[in-house]
Amino acid sequence: MNFSWLMPETVSTYGPTIDAVYYVILWITGIVFFATEITLLVFMVKYRHKEGRKAEYIHGSNKAEIIWTTIPFVIVMGLAFYSKGIWDEIRDPDLIPADAYTIQVIGQQFEWNATYSGADGQFGTADDFVSRNAIHIAVNQPVVVQLEALEVIHSFFLPEFRVKQDAVPGMITPVWFEATRTGEFTLACAELCGLGHYRMGGTVTVHSAAEFQNWLSEQQAAAGDD
Amino acid sequence: MSTTTATETHAGHAEGHHDLGFMRTYIFSTDHKMIARQFLFTALLFLALGGALAVMIRWQLGFPTRPLPLPIRGLFPDTMAPSGIILPEFYNSLVTMHATFMVFFALMPLMAGVFGNLLIPLQIGADDMAFPRINMLSFWITPVAGAIMLASFFVEGGAAGAGWTSYAPLSASGEWTGVYMGQILWLVSLIILGFSSITGALNYVTTVINMRAPGMTWFRIPLATWSLFVTAWLLLLAIPILTGGLILLLFDQTIGTAFFRPEGSGEPLLWQHIFWFFGHPEVYILILPAMGFVSEVIANRSRKPIFGYHSMVVAMVAIGFLGWIVWGHHMFQSGMNPLLGMTFVVTTVVIAVPSAIKTFNWMGTLWRGNIHMDTPLLHAVAFVALFIIGGLSGIFMASAPVDIYFHDTYFIVAHLHYVLVGGSLFGIFAGITYYYPKMFGRMMGEGLGKLHFGLSFVFYNMAFFPMHNLGVQGMMRRIYDPNQYAFLQGLQPMNTFISISVFLFAATQVLFAFNFLWSLKAGRVAGNNPWKSNTLLWTTPSPPPHGNFPEMPIVYRGPYEYSHPDRDEDFWPQDEPPVASGSGGQTAASPIPEPVPGD
Repeated sequence: MNFSWLMPETVSTYGPTIDAVYYVILWITGIVFFATEITLLVFMVKYRHKEGRKAEYIHGSNKAEIIWTTIPFVIVMGLAFYSKGIWDEIRDPDLIPADAYTIQVIGQQFEWNATYSGADGQFGTADDFVSRNAIHIAVNQPVVVQLEALEVIHSFFLPEFRVKQDAVPGMITPVWFEATRTGEFTLACAELCGLGHYRMGGTVTVHSAAEFQNWLSEQQAAAGDD
Repeated sequence: MSTTTATETHAGHAEGHHDLGFMRTYIFSTDHKMIARQFLFTALLFLALGGALAVMIRWQLGFPTRPLPLPIRGLFPDTMAPSGIILPEFYNSLVTMHATFMVFFALMPLMAGVFGNLLIPLQIGADDMAFPRINMLSFWITPVAGAIMLASFFVEGGAAGAGWTSYAPLSASGEWTGVYMGQILWLVSLIILGFSSITGALNYVTTVINMRAPGMTWFRIPLATWSLFVTAWLLLLAIPILTGGLILLLFDQTIGTAFFRPEGSGEPLLWQHIFWFFGHPEVYILILPAMGFVSEVIANRSRKPIFGYHSMVVAMVAIGFLGWIVWGHHMFQSGMNPLLGMTFVVTTVVIAVPSAIKTFNWMGTLWRGNIHMDTPLLHAVAFVALFIIGGLSGIFMASAPVDIYFHDTYFIVAHLHYVLVGGSLFGIFAGITYYYPKMFGRMMGEGLGKLHFGLSFVFYNMAFFPMHNLGVQGMMRRIYDPNQYAFLQGLQPMNTFISISVFLFAATQVLFAFNFLWSLKAGRVAGNNPWKSNTLLWTTPSPPPHGNFPEMPIVYRGPYEYSHPDRDEDFWPQDEPPVASGSGGQTAASPIPEPVPGD
């Protein structure tokens, strides 16, 4: 059994940044957790009922209230602004890399259909092709997925890439990421979308740049044969 | 103002409270204490049902696609579990209905229905609620709504399966789930149930404002009543929003409107905004009352004034306000404009501050106390210990970038169960064991109570703590069979371990049920004030008669005057007249408001 609190491997450029925020929060909450729980235990033992002893008549302390209001406030506000920088980096629509390779992905019950623009780089033309439950991208190349859903909400989840974005019918949501190594990774649906939700999975294959071009050509040739 | 009103109401109600007959005493009662007991029995039944559904969910996750164990294998028709194997669509119904019953039919009635009814009039020195008949209505709506919700299991297509959050468009048309009538019944049931909360809340707010005994100033009100007062405001303002949303969704389902369906230019995200605008105050509806009676228990059992009474009140009111402006943290990954993210990150982390204040004040109350380790105290301290975990794990998701990974994973499931089971449910155990003598006149068995506490605490943590680790590994929530994904297959042993722990936790609750029922007849007779408490509640006979107080109580001091140095007794009831002169610095026997000592 894996009781680990370490994040699993990440293969996107911003994955380590997200994990770093996680570890900062893990350290802070971990320290607070042990400090408070141990204090509780100590109090329970030390101040347990004894015959003849009277509790101390204390109504509180303004000094203590100020301390334990201010310190948590400063810490959580620090975390909030730390988070903001990273959130903007990942999600600000203006900060999506300009050279990102575009894929259209539509979630539908119960599969993910990725549309590639083909050789002309334009969507809605004859050389577009669709890859079902299998997304292929090139390593070290930013990718922007234009995410949509057909009938109900799905959630585009790439755990190794630290990507999760709901796909909403009637809305196109861009989500970008960049792979840092080649290999085959998980594509999952994270939003309850009906009885087949649990099997709405697929793969993300990260190729080298050359391999990716080969894959594109093969797919296009196959599509052209239809 | 409140003084005269209260006095007149008292005189008015005191007549004709006897010999009401069986129906008026036990079934259609207007007595707030009887209504509290009715809510208690009803909600505990729904709690057991919700627990049974949880056990079935964990059966599927612990032993995927294995037939249910023999005794219950044959209970389910082929549309739910053919040959005992749970179907994916039935699994979705289980997940949806487990949460629905727990949130709306178990925790809400336990918090507001039981303790709101029992504690508010008795703690403020009122003879009953402001509107006793509306109060009766508030209870009787609950079983009606519950029956409709239960009936949805037996209609074609089965019970609702779109999650308790019922996200549109999945919930807006049976086309996507195969659930038509079940979803409609779900909506109708919750629309009806909403009126129970609204009428109850109206009563609580009015009663606290108008019916306090002479001398019961705002800052002499016990924290349990304060927490229920804040909760009542949240109910009064949040439930109509949910009801409005549910009606729109019902229209989408039944008469072809498109509020939330994109085909008619509706907005799926609008449902989420409405739902969570209700849903986040709802979270505090489910925990604030527990914070209230946990405060009573900790102060009383430590024989010490509550640490920072004013801070505790201000923190609850602050939570009540902040709860309205954090809903977007449920929607970071929803497709909501990402530029809104920061707003909700800030409001969300700020709400951690009043929660921290409350936690430190509970610890401050235990500090240098004289702690009596009775069952209520153990549950109350467990509440604090587990609420700390639930609060800290919330910080991960409050950080929008970390939430990208944790959203919709078991980390959330762990977090919410630490708040709602570790927090709310252990708080409820503290409340029930502490107030049981006032409700039924007898004490619950202490040995059995401690055994129930110990086993519950251990099995609870064995069941829910590892869910954090599942979340860290990326396991999504609400999936019927995690083994569909290669990256989750290694987690099966842990899922099996969690399931067995849940079964043990559920089995342990039989001890509680037995103790509860057995003590009704065989418990030690409690007397008026078994915990030597200060609040007005404990000056009445156990259980209190209709009309509560034989004479109008007069309040002279705050509710937490424990272990006062000038007194031999370690408690000082709120209504005990001060000695005329010479002792304790209290000289005038005047009900006129005066500051709480020590502030």
